[in-house]
Amino acid sequence: MIIAESLTRRFGSTTALDGFDLDVPAGTVHGLLGPNGAGKTTAVRILTTLLRPDAGRARVAGHDVVREADRVRARIGLVGQQAAVDEQLTGRQNLEMFGRLHHLGAATARRRARDLLDRFDLAEAADRPAGKYSGGMRRRLDLAAGLLTDPVVLFLDEPTAGLDPRGRAEVWRTIRSLAADGTTVLLTTQYLEEADQLADALAVIDHGRVVAAGTSDELKGRLADDRLDVVVRDPERLGEAAALLARVGDGEPRVDPDRRLASVPVRDRVAALTEVARQLTTNGVEAEDIGVRRPTLDEVFLAITARSAA
Amino acid sequence: MTTYWMISDSWTLTQRTLRHWRNQPAQLVLNLLFPVMVLLMFAYLFGGAIEVPGGGDYREYLLPGMFALTMAFGLEGTYTAVAADAQRGVTDRFRTMPISAASVVTGRSLADMLDAAVGLGVLLACGLAVGWRAHHGIMDALAAVGLLLLLRYALLWLGIWLALAAGKPETLMAVQILVWPLGFLSSVFTSPETMPGWLGTIARWNPLSATADATRQLFGNPGETGPAWPAIVWPLVLLIVFVPLAVRRYRRLT
Repeated sequence: MIIAESLTRRFGSTTALDGFDLDVPAGTVHGLLGPNGAGKTTAVRILTTLLRPDAGRARVAGHDVVREADRVRARIGLVGQQAAVDEQLTGRQNLEMFGRLHHLGAATARRRARDLLDRFDLAEAADRPAGKYSGGMRRRLDLAAGLLTDPVVLFLDEPTAGLDPRGRAEVWRTIRSLAADGTTVLLTTQYLEEADQLADALAVIDHGRVVAAGTSDELKGRLADDRLDVVVRDPERLGEAAALLARVGDGEPRVDPDRRLASVPVRDRVAALTEVARQLTTNGVEAEDIGVRRPTLDEVFLAITARSAA
Repeated sequence: MTTYWMISDSWTLTQRTLRHWRNQPAQLVLNLLFPVMVLLMFAYLFGGAIEVPGGGDYREYLLPGMFALTMAFGLEGTYTAVAADAQRGVTDRFRTMPISAASVVTGRSLADMLDAAVGLGVLLACGLAVGWRAHHGIMDALAAVGLLLLLRYALLWLGIWLALAAGKPETLMAVQILVWPLGFLSSVFTSPETMPGWLGTIARWNPLSATADATRQLFGNPGETGPAWPAIVWPLVLLIVFVPLAVRRYRRLT
């Protein structure tokens, strides 16, 4: 549904995109993850026809974003980093205006506006100016505006940036229900948890190119080892536990004295866990907690971006 | 079909501004009051101290200048509205919709011309109330109004271009630094004759002076009696320069 091939875009001497490739199948939620300035927004702006690439090609919903920009525009919705609504108009007036500009008839635009206001839980606030809305409400209005024409592909550029946890949860719920209805979604975010929660597949972008792609689990398995954590009862013996982990594990152990925690990456989770438990007992080091866990997406992300910087 | 949608989209965007007025009438009234306040200030506070070249009533001299000044200050409204849209992402939303660049800027310019017409109407009424008159009949008066709206229309494109280039409503201060000297360094309040030589020359060449002076002649008010053609040529020059710049800037927004 979204295909990008070797997209490149320079701004003066900075290269924002440098051979960016992406393939998003229909009906999936795809997360585009990367630090600030990695090129996420530039990629979205090219895919939504707002910006022309210097090189490379992209097709969205079957149409070329440069040569058939109008056809792409008729099939996409974009929700950008700020709520792109007119604050002096009411929620209803905003949706009716954007509906008319999408060339819906007056009656259809009114009906769509009413449906979307209901669906996004904005019916009560429909006739208040959008400027008086909370951040979460404004973002929902923005999302509603992006859905006026039932777009085939929806682009969400950091849709929860600057929202409080409640606003974020509201937006997440909306995105999930859209995905359930079969809309293809490309979501950019800096919040790893967001990508973990929402996306079927991820692409990590750094310095303008995709440096890793796959499902969240694949990336975790492929790019960072599982970790074995031991919490000791007696803080005095934390050093001993760490030394033991260094022998069993596949890397440098990390120690967190405040939590009495020693942690080490391991490849064979079962063997390592059995061995550590046995040795702790043999040496009489009492453990309060012991366990193997998957790396967090943060750890994966740091591992990937550290690699691509090297 | 394309033409139909262009007209329809432009009208939808013009309606947007009418809705702003209806939703925030206080804002509209404040915007209308500002030039009235300046008018009263100059008519009654400073006016007594200002001499009209060649004699005549100062209020008769002042009003055409105020009309032209109000048209120039309209630039600030255009600037604020366009810059706010650009910053809020509303412009980007328009650009991802199947509507043409021409509709977006035409909608803006129509809305601003409506605003200018209302503002000018209020000021004409105030002028009549403080004793100003159009002495040369309705046709000349209408021609004067036409020249004033032409100036507003030309400056509007400068406003759109500046706003798209700067993209931030906070930079309005910078625009005021541009607009206020343009407003005062002209024949709006006093004759350039009374200014030091080089300043007087700048003031005489100011597009605002051209419009103010030409409307003074058309209304039959005292003041400058230069040729009227600069009042048409200046706006045309501004349009030729800034319409393409503004449209190009809109298309190339990044």
